[in-house]
Amino acid sequence: MNSHLHSADRQDVAVIGAGVVGCAIARRFALTGARVIVIEKAADILAGASKGNSAILHTGFDAPSGSLEWQCMQAGYAEFLDIRERLGLPLLRSTAILAAWTEDEMSKLDQIAAKAWKNGVTDVRPLSPAEVLAREPHLSRTLLGGLLVPGEFLIDPWSTPLAYLHQAIANGATVLRETEVLSGRFDGQAWTLETNRGAVLAETVINAAGLWGDVVDDRLQVGRTFDIRPRKGQFVVFDKAAARLLSAIILPVPTERTKGIVLTPTIFGNLLVGPTAEEQADRIHATVEQATLEQLIAKAQAILPALADMPVTATYAGLRPATAHSEYQIRHDAAHNLIVAGGIRSTGLTGALGIAQHVAKLYNERHPHKRPESNAIWPTVALPVLAEHEARDWTRPGYGEIVCHCELVTKREIEAALTGPLPAGDSSGLKRRTRAGMGRCQGFYCHARIASLTQGRFTTPLAIGSVDA
Amino acid sequence: MREMIDVAIIGSGPAGLSAAIALRKRGLRQVVVLERDSEAGGVPRHCAHPPYGLREFGRIMTGPSYAQRLADDARAIGVQIRLLHSVTQLLPDGVLEIATPNGRQRLQAKRVLIATGVRETPRSARLLSGDRPLGVLNTGALQAYIALQGLIPFRRPVILGSELVSLSAIATCRSHGIRPAAVIETNARPTARFPLTLLPRLLGIPVFLGCAVTAIHGTDRVEAVTLQSTDGGTTRDIACDGVLLTGRFLPEASLIRASHLTLDPATQGPAIDQFGRCSDPRYFAAGNILRAVETAGWSFREGQRIAHCLAADLEGRLPSASASLEIRAGDNLKLVLPQRLTSPSKALGKQTLELRVAQGVTGRLRLRHGDVTLYERPLTALPERRILIPIGALDLANLTGTIVAEILT
Ligand SMILES: Cc1cc2nc3c(=O)[nH]c(=O)nc-3n(C[C@H](O)[C@H](O)[C@H](O)COP(=O)(O)OP(=O)(O)OC[C@H]3O[C@@H](n4cnc5c(N)ncnc54)[C@H](O)[C@@H]3O)c2cc1C
Ligand SMILES: Cc1cc2nc3c(=O)[nH]c(=O)nc-3n(C[C@H](O)[C@H](O)[C@H](O)COP(=O)(O)OP(=O)(O)OC[C@H]3O[C@@H](n4cnc5c(N)ncnc54)[C@H](O)[C@@H]3O)c2cc1C
Repeated sequence: MNSHLHSADRQDVAVIGAGVVGCAIARRFALTGARVIVIEKAADILAGASKGNSAILHTGFDAPSGSLEWQCMQAGYAEFLDIRERLGLPLLRSTAILAAWTEDEMSKLDQIAAKAWKNGVTDVRPLSPAEVLAREPHLSRTLLGGLLVPGEFLIDPWSTPLAYLHQAIANGATVLRETEVLSGRFDGQAWTLETNRGAVLAETVINAAGLWGDVVDDRLQVGRTFDIRPRKGQFVVFDKAAARLLSAIILPVPTERTKGIVLTPTIFGNLLVGPTAEEQADRIHATVEQATLEQLIAKAQAILPALADMPVTATYAGLRPATAHSEYQIRHDAAHNLIVAGGIRSTGLTGALGIAQHVAKLYNERHPHKRPESNAIWPTVALPVLAEHEARDWTRPGYGEIVCHCELVTKREIEAALTGPLPAGDSSGLKRRTRAGMGRCQGFYCHARIASLTQGRFTTPLAIGSVDA
Repeated sequence: MREMIDVAIIGSGPAGLSAAIALRKRGLRQVVVLERDSEAGGVPRHCAHPPYGLREFGRIMTGPSYAQRLADDARAIGVQIRLLHSVTQLLPDGVLEIATPNGRQRLQAKRVLIATGVRETPRSARLLSGDRPLGVLNTGALQAYIALQGLIPFRRPVILGSELVSLSAIATCRSHGIRPAAVIETNARPTARFPLTLLPRLLGIPVFLGCAVTAIHGTDRVEAVTLQSTDGGTTRDIACDGVLLTGRFLPEASLIRASHLTLDPATQGPAIDQFGRCSDPRYFAAGNILRAVETAGWSFREGQRIAHCLAADLEGRLPSASASLEIRAGDNLKLVLPQRLTSPSKALGKQTLELRVAQGVTGRLRLRHGDVTLYERPLTALPERRILIPIGALDLANLTGTIVAEILT
C-alpha cells in the first residue's frame, strides 16, 4: 500500500478502528455517499473487543431506561432485523428465559418485567417453573420461575460486522489494515492522521477505537473524557452434541455490576457459558484461567445437569471496553470535526447500527447527505453462511474438499475467505470468517492443511518454514 | 434413491482397512470404505517412523508405507475406497448421511463398521490457562504439518506429556531441525516405559516431572510457558515458540455422540459386546474408536476379528444381542471393554476384556457378579498400559445382569 495515495486523497470521514462499531459507522456514512476510510491497526478487522462476545442480539429490556445505550440498542436491533435478509445475515430466534433460582432472585422478577415494559419491550412475561421446563426440559428442576423475553436472539458476531464493512466497501469505502493511527493534527479544516504507513487526510475523524478509545483521544490531542478499564469475560464452549439440550438463552437475574453468566446456544450449533466480569489493566491479552473455566463449567452443569457428560470444545475470553460509566461515551467535538464513539462496553454488537445512526445524525447536523440512501448499493455476493440451522456450504456440490471436519468447513469457503475485497488478514480472521479449526478437535485434523492453504497470505503465518528449507 | 450395499466401513485406518480386506476374503460383495480424507490409511499416513507392520506383513515399515500397503491390498482384493466421503450422520437401519464434493448422499448398508480412530485432547478441553496464540498443537497436527504438508509450525516447542506418542513427537522434531525446549509431565514419573523414557535426556532435552503448565504466554505466537510444580511449589518460565500437546487420546466419537447409539462415558467410544456390536446391532465398531489408545497392529487385528463377527452376523450365526451381560468399571478402574458380553462363543469375537486405570495402583484385580467372584489376580497397573483378562477364563453360563470389574487395594 502506497502512503502517498492516502495522503493525496482527502476523505470526508476517517473511522479509526474496525470493531463492530467502526464497521457499522463506516457503512452508515458510505450509504449516503461520504468518502470513508477505515483505519485498523490489526491484521484483520474485529481484533479488539469485538473478537469475543456472547453474540446475543439484545432487546434492551434491562438497559438503563432512556439512556443513549438503550436508544442505540433499540435502533440497532430494529435496523438489524430490517437489513439482515438483504445482507444475508443469519438469525436464530432463540428467545431468552431469565431464570430465577433463589427466592431473592424471584423477588426481583416483577421489577425487571416492569423495567422491560418501560423500555418498550412489552412482550416480556412471567413463566411458572412448569412453563419454563415445558420449553426447556433439560434445565435443572431447582428452578423457581422466570421471565420470557421473546425478542432476545442470537446472531453471528463476526459475519455481521464483516457484512457491514463489505457494504461500506461496495459503496466506495476504503479499508486499511495493519495501519495504526499514531497521532493526528487538526488544522481547522481537516485532519492529518499519521500512521505507520503514511498520512491519511480526512475532514472528519471518528474515533471508534474500542479498547483503545482513550489512547486514540490522547494521540489526537483532543483530551480524553474517559479511561478504558478493560473488563474480561471468559467463556467455555461445549460440544455440538450439547446443542440439543437447550434452545433458549438462559439469562441470570442481573446484579448491579454485570449482566451475569449466561448459558446459551450459539448460532453455530454449540452451547456457550460465560462471560465472567474481571477488571484488568491489560488491553491486549485476554487469558483464560483453568480455575475460572472450571467454575463456569460447574455453573453450566448446575443449570443444565445433562452437560456433565459433554466435552468442552473451546475456551476463550473477550475484553469489554468498559469505563467508569455504564453509559456509552459518545461525544461530538464540533470544533475539531471529531466524533468519539467509545466505552461501548457490553452491548455493542446489538447497538452498533444504532450507534452508527446516532453518529451520522451528529455529523449531518453540519453535513448534508451527498446522495440519498436509497441509491446505496447492496452487495450481490452473500458471505458464506456459517449458521448451523441454515444450508452450509458443504451441503452444496463443488466444494472441493472438507478441510475442517469438525465444523465441516470446505476448501471453497477457505478460498473465498482469502479473496475478495477484504480477505482474511490472519489465522484468527480466517477462523472468524469460516470457523475452520474452531471445532472439537481444535485443529488436530486440519491445522496443517489450513497452514498449507494459507501459505504466503498472512503476516503471521501458521507455518514458519518448510521441510525442505 | 439410495444405494444399498452389504457393508459400509467408516474410516480407512488400519482397523477399517483390515476389516474390509477380511470381509472381501470371506466373499462379501459390496464392501465400501468411506474415508473423509483425500488418501486412505488413517493415522499411520503421518507417523513417518517405524515400527509398523511387523506382525501384519512380517517386516518393519514406516507409517506411510504401512498405510500405503494396507490401501493397496484393500483395493487389490476389490474393496471400494471412497475418498473425500465424510459421514455426517448415523441413522437407524444402517442408513448413513454422507457429504461428498459432488453433493450429499445417503447410503444404506446391511451392516456398518465404525472405525474412526482416536485423536488427542486439544488445549481447550485440557482447560489450559493463558493466552491463545498460534503454535499450540497436538502431535497429530505436527505430524500432518511435516509428513503431509511439508511445513514446520515451530522451532523450539515445549512438549507436554510423556506417553509413547511424546517420544514419537521428539523423534519427529529432531529429524526436522525442531529442538524441543523441554518435556513436561504432570505425573511424578513418565507414562511411557523405561528405557524409552531416557530418550529426551539422551538428546539433552530438559525433562520436568511433576510439573504443570499454568500459563501459555504470547501475543501472536507462543513466547513462553509458565511451569509450576504440582505440589504448588516453584514456578519458572520457559521461553519457547510452541506448545506441543501430546497424548491424552480420546475416540473420535462425534458421530456416535450425535446418533442413536449408546456411548460409554468411560471409554468415550461406543458401547459394544465382544463381537464389536453396538447398541444398534446393525452397527459394529473396531479399532481405536473403541478406546484410547492401542497400536496400529492391535487395531489391525481387532478390525479383522470384528469383521469375522460381522460376516457371521450376516450369515445369521451371531448370538442375539438381547441376552447380554453388562460389565462395568468399578473401583480404581477407568474403563472396561467390551461393555457387554453375549453368551460367549469361544472362537468368535474379542478374546480378552481390556481394562485401564487412571492412576497407578497395586492391588487385586477382581471381576464379580453380585457377591460371586468370577476372576481374581494380583495386579500392579499404570495408566495407558494394557490390562487383559481372557474372556474364556470366565464362567458366564446362566449369568444375567451386571459384572463389576474392580481393583481392591
Ligand atoms: C465478554 C463479552 C461479551 C459480550 N456480549 C455481547 C452480546 O452478547 N451482545 C452485544 O450486543 N454485545 C456484547 N458485547 C459487547 C461488544 O462485543 C462490544 O460492545 C463491542 O465489540 C465494542 O466494539 P468496538 O468497535 O467499540 O471496539 P473494538 O472491537 O475494540 O474495536 C476497536 C478497534 O480499533 C482498533 N484500534 C485501536 N486503536 C487503534 C489505532 N490507534 N489505530 C487503528 N486502529 C486502532 C482495534 O484494533 C480494534 O479493532 C460483549 C463484549 C464482551 C467482551
Ligand atoms: C498422533 C498419533 C500418533 C500415533 N502414533 C502411533 C504410533 O507411532 N504407532 C502406533 O502403533 N500407533 C500410533 N497411534 C495410534 C493409532 O490410533 C493407531 O496406530 C491406528 O491408526 C488406529 O487405527 P484406526 O483404524 O482405529 O484409526 P485411524 O488410523 O485413526 O483411522 C481412522 C480413519 O477414519 C477416518 N474418519 C474419521 N471420521 C470419519 C468420518 N466421519 N467419515 C469418514 N471418515 C472418517 C479418518 O480420516 C481416518 O482416516 C497414534 C495415534 C495418534 C492420534
